[in-house]
Amino acid sequence: MNKKEYLELVKKLTPKEEKLKNTFLAFLMGGTLGFIAEAIKLLLVYKICITTKEATTWVLIIFIFLASLFTGLGFFDKLVMKFKAGLIVPITGFAHSVTSSALDYKEDGLITGLGGYLFRLAGCVLLYGIIAAFFLAILKVIIYV
Amino acid sequence: MTLVYSFLFCGLVCLLGQILLDNTTLTPGHITSIFVVIGAFLGVFNLYDKIVYLIGAGANIPIVSFGNLLLEGAYQGYIHQGLIGLFSGMLQTVSAGVVSTIVFSFIVTLFFKAKD
Repeated sequence: MNKKEYLELVKKLTPKEEKLKNTFLAFLMGGTLGFIAEAIKLLLVYKICITTKEATTWVLIIFIFLASLFTGLGFFDKLVMKFKAGLIVPITGFAHSVTSSALDYKEDGLITGLGGYLFRLAGCVLLYGIIAAFFLAILKVIIYV
Repeated sequence: MTLVYSFLFCGLVCLLGQILLDNTTLTPGHITSIFVVIGAFLGVFNLYDKIVYLIGAGANIPIVSFGNLLLEGAYQGYIHQGLIGLFSGMLQTVSAGVVSTIVFSFIVTLFFKAKD
């Protein structure tokens, strides 16, 4: 194997390693978030004695609050760069995209900037979520009612 | 035990997202949209509710749950209020998530500046 072939081999293998590492990091981060969520939920249910539904809502609010705050403080972007899907797929990604576009367009004014661009990244989730849920709810009504 | 299930489930969903992100040209926006639609699909046959029942809060954190909640809101709205409920019920279940996102992001934006 000469040097050229070796370099080609390295090129072939490096992205795969990177992908494997990315996938592992995403799994780890996502899993950790899920673990923390369940731990907070159990804590709330057994210590404050609220219903599971309320506790779940509180967990979501806490996660959204922390994601927004950390985005404002500036280090959440770096974490997202590192863990990628591990932070994008959970609800933290939704909060992060809203907060980061709010911060980015703040300069353009409160109405045309902040107001207009708040859902620039997260809008697709709301749009397609609502459209899909609307038609699938009709389907579910047809099936079950 | 639900702690372990939560770790595994939430981790696997994120792993799936990362595989899509790495091996296709899809952006994070595409992936979250796809996941929301998948969540709505799983809600049609009450599958996601069963998953949440088994797993716990680890299944409420992924964005998939958002689609399920939207569908559940619209369906429950129809059950309780008829046709109008399809429209008025949809956002009731996700209200906490959407409103808290808007409120916290607005407050954060007042106090912080974009860092580049």
